[in-house]
Amino acid sequence: MIEVKNLSKKYGSFRAVDNISFDVDEGEIVGFLGPNGAGKTSTIRILTCYHPATSGNATVGGYDVFTQSMEVRRMMGYLPEATPLYPEMRVREYLQFRGKLHGLDRGERISAISQVTDRCWLGEFVDRPIGQLSKGMKQRVGLADALLCDPKVLVLDEPTIGLDPTQIRETRNLIRQLGEHHTILFSSHILSEVEQTCTKIILIAKGKVLAQGSPSELREKVSADSKIFVEVKGPSKEIQSAIDNIEGIREIEQDASVTGDWTRFAITGDGKRDVREPVARVIQDKGWGLRELRREVASLEDFFVKIIAEQKKS
Amino acid sequence: MRNVSPVMQRELGAFFYSPIAYAVLTIFLILLGIFFTATTFQPGGQASLERLAELMPIVFVVFLPVLTMRLLSDEYRTGTIETLMTAPIGETDVVIGKFFGALVFLVVMLSTTLLYAFVVNVYGRLDWGMLASTYLGMLLLGALYLSVGLFFSACTGNQIIAAVSSMVLLLVFTFLAEYLANEASGALKLVLRHLSIREHFRGFTRGILDGNDIVFFVTSTGLFLFLTVKVLESRRWR
Repeated sequence: MIEVKNLSKKYGSFRAVDNISFDVDEGEIVGFLGPNGAGKTSTIRILTCYHPATSGNATVGGYDVFTQSMEVRRMMGYLPEATPLYPEMRVREYLQFRGKLHGLDRGERISAISQVTDRCWLGEFVDRPIGQLSKGMKQRVGLADALLCDPKVLVLDEPTIGLDPTQIRETRNLIRQLGEHHTILFSSHILSEVEQTCTKIILIAKGKVLAQGSPSELREKVSADSKIFVEVKGPSKEIQSAIDNIEGIREIEQDASVTGDWTRFAITGDGKRDVREPVARVIQDKGWGLRELRREVASLEDFFVKIIAEQKKS
Repeated sequence: MRNVSPVMQRELGAFFYSPIAYAVLTIFLILLGIFFTATTFQPGGQASLERLAELMPIVFVVFLPVLTMRLLSDEYRTGTIETLMTAPIGETDVVIGKFFGALVFLVVMLSTTLLYAFVVNVYGRLDWGMLASTYLGMLLLGALYLSVGLFFSACTGNQIIAAVSSMVLLLVFTFLAEYLANEASGALKLVLRHLSIREHFRGFTRGILDGNDIVFFVTSTGLFLFLTVKVLESRRWR
């Protein structure tokens, strides 16, 4: 549905988007994940025909975003980052205006407006001036606008930013529901959000795609780094060397923040191997005290943080 | 062109929601009322709106840029330009829609002054043909000013800068050009006279319809609308 090939965007000498490529298939919910300033909005603005790419090309539904921009705009619903709206208009007036821009006739507009206001829980607010609405309500108006012409592709730029936790959950559910009928590309800098809603994640930082795949695929990639934590009572040097001798242990580190009789270690196993059992046996045999033994499978969060930290170093 | 009318309607609606439009309308009426009473509505006064029309260039220079300053600036400032330009609508439609929205407001503004014409007609005999030419002149003059204002509004996200730059440009071409034309001689005088907006406007107030003047107003308005479209499109080259 969306194809991006070697896309770059420069502002002066600054490369906001650096040679990125990705595909979005029909019916997918794709999360565009990256820290602030990663180039998410720049990429989205190219896809929505707001500004052109410096090089490379992108197509939406087979139409080129630069040369066939009207066709692309007709099939796309877009919610920009800050949800810009006209404060003096009433919600219904605004949606009427947007409907007219999309070429809906009177009847179509009326039914489309009642449908999207229902969907976005705007029912009782349709006759309120937009300027009087709260941030969350404005976001819903923007979303209603994006859905108005029943677009094949929905592009949402940071749809949950500035919302309260309930609204975030509502929006997330809505996005999941909408995914049944629309292809969705949405950006976020919050991993958990993307992880819960998306069928595919595209991780970008500094204008480059660092990784892409389904959440489980990405998790697979990082699970190699699983760690176990153990708290033992006994001579710490001895414990450390004893555990280090166990087969399949790559690294053992003492946690200096725990003092007193107990010592805490972070142990990294080789590959996906679970080393809890041998560790427990060694401690048992030596007769040391054991009060915690916990395995932590690396989360996407760690992966996200790590990959971005690496990016920063280079 | 299908999209011109929704943009125009929205713009017109925005005028009537904003306090600035009402302020402009009120001050405009008070000023003209005072001026009308002081010059035309006197024993022995002339039964025409010529004196009132002569005031229009300076009144328009002050008021019309205030009306047009927000047309595009505000879209940049609030970011609504992004939703607008990602909807299936071309730059030309946006510019023409906004221009006509402002033009309709100008017509409303001007139509209130028709009252003076009727008052004059009670006490004397008004030349309706001359009145028609005066109003055509005011409309063309206003349209040119609106297009200049719209152009500067497209250039900046700051409304004040937009208004002040259009005022400066309009002052130069309305008054300074005429003044310099009177000082200069030879070919330069001819060129300056031709560039002077006031020079072209004067004929209309005297009931003289000159093809030259009409062409001047229509083409220069068209030129500024064209430039506005180009400025709006330039976003795509950056």
